[in-house]
Amino acid sequence: MKITKEEVLHVAHLARLDIDDADIDRFSGQIGTILDYVDTLRQVDTTGIAATSHAVNLTNAFREDRVQDHLGQEASLANAPEKDDGTFVVPKVL
Amino acid sequence: MKLHELTIEQACGLLNNKEISSVELTRAVLARIEAVDGKIDAYLTVDADGALVQAQAADHRLSTGEATPLTGIPLGIKDLMCTRGLRTTCASKILEDFVPPYDATVITRLKNAGAVIVGKLNMDEFAMGSTTEHSAFQVTRNPWHLDRIPGGSSGGSAAAVAADMCLGALGSDTGGSIRQPASHCGVVGIKPTYGRVSRFGLVAFASSLDQIGPLGKTVADTAIMLEAIAGHDPNDSTSVPEPVPNFSAISGDGLADVVVGIPKTYSSARGLDPQVGAAVERAVKTIESLGARCIDISLPHSDHAVAAYYVIAPCEASSNLARYDGVKYGFRDKAPTDLLQMYRRTRSQGFGSEVQRRIILGTYALSAGYYDAYYGKASQIRTLIKNDFQNAFASCDVIVSPVAPTPAYPIGETIDDPLTMYLSDIFTLSANLAGIPGISVPCGFSDDGLPIGLQIMGRHFNEAMLFKVARQFERAIAIKHKKPPL
Repeated sequence: MKITKEEVLHVAHLARLDIDDADIDRFSGQIGTILDYVDTLRQVDTTGIAATSHAVNLTNAFREDRVQDHLGQEASLANAPEKDDGTFVVPKVL
Repeated sequence: MKLHELTIEQACGLLNNKEISSVELTRAVLARIEAVDGKIDAYLTVDADGALVQAQAADHRLSTGEATPLTGIPLGIKDLMCTRGLRTTCASKILEDFVPPYDATVITRLKNAGAVIVGKLNMDEFAMGSTTEHSAFQVTRNPWHLDRIPGGSSGGSAAAVAADMCLGALGSDTGGSIRQPASHCGVVGIKPTYGRVSRFGLVAFASSLDQIGPLGKTVADTAIMLEAIAGHDPNDSTSVPEPVPNFSAISGDGLADVVVGIPKTYSSARGLDPQVGAAVERAVKTIESLGARCIDISLPHSDHAVAAYYVIAPCEASSNLARYDGVKYGFRDKAPTDLLQMYRRTRSQGFGSEVQRRIILGTYALSAGYYDAYYGKASQIRTLIKNDFQNAFASCDVIVSPVAPTPAYPIGETIDDPLTMYLSDIFTLSANLAGIPGISVPCGFSDDGLPIGLQIMGRHFNEAMLFKVARQFERAIAIKHKKPPL
């Protein structure tokens, strides 16, 4: 197995996903198959090749630092699952 | 005359001559949706009332003579571009009730042009998929054959255009998601150069690859729509301040000055259906008969594009989708005991399995100890793929290839086989990795009556050349008036 169930569980935790036993089996099999295929990249010699993170490289996309219209508090909170007195409400952290 | 069957170009003429009104046209499109969308399930949201209000405003504008080619034209929008006040779900349970407080830049531009937004179109959840089966809400069917996929992820957009449920649509393309459904549904779709169209207000999947583009009934219609939405936007720092040519005016006679590159490898590509291969060969002959010179070119690293893409795209996705945590908007698990549990339950209930699979794959590839072997390596191969195109374009103006290796396949065929679905993107995703534009234009039908598309790719910011070749090819083969049997 390319990726073990333990690794799937670890990665799911990093990604904040709760996955059940059936999905752990399914994902480790499917992701293993994908990783086997991805491993064909190792055949390519990339010594000294720079990485591309964007196909059209732009640097320093500046714009004027000017006050503009922005979403107000009400619009920003309009989709909040829970809110109170102009703030987002979340369950206890600790 | 059936108004819903009009092209944008035709409707624009009739609207400007006051032979029809936008309200009549919009009503006809809404009636068409009512009549056939029960079979196809392309729309997630139809905004009939809003559309008629926009149509009235467009009629007023037409009467004052300040119209654009899109004034009064009913369009559909893939449900991942934010529309102020109109639900935008990304075909995900996690955004099921999300009503954006602002418009994406492309929507602002369409509204400024006077277009009528009819509704929001189905897609694979978060644009992850090639079939539109990975929607949390419904499976869209191919109008040419209701048991087949429409392609994806912009499957709702392609199916709606093909079935005359809008005059044109916007989609997005991260690895082929405009071109492949356009090919499967027998319509035209263009992925512009990366940076040509603002991504502000587009729900992000893989930010270095995502690009918005139009799907239409004809090449000219896609040119009209691209002209309206393209151009620099200060709200998207990756949008490029390049002037936008008058795409819709591009035509010309013949292709005598055009050199067409044919990749040597495509005909031996894994899984290429002989009927698709034959249709593309015929298309190349047609393009030659228009005066173009065809040469063999080589793209030596194209075999590695799928593997590189399925590292880079999931890595970017895993990072982009971290924002869906149940705090600021979207679905939230009802009774979590603490914050961590809320994140985990919200995300696992809110995301479908293809999205979770890609998040796990991307998180794994970016995690400690694996970054260099996966993301680092794939980013270097991306450079090699980009260089291949640069070298090829030194000796040709456009490159032609199939869009998809097969015609639309049966619904359900790859639902539990993600790798096979990923491999169906083999001809399209190199263009996203290299950032170059690509158009899909219908070039024939399979024996089963399923549409086949031809892909034409060009240099960065040379969409004009794609429109020129595609438009003349379309005119030469004259199949654009064939309609799906609905």
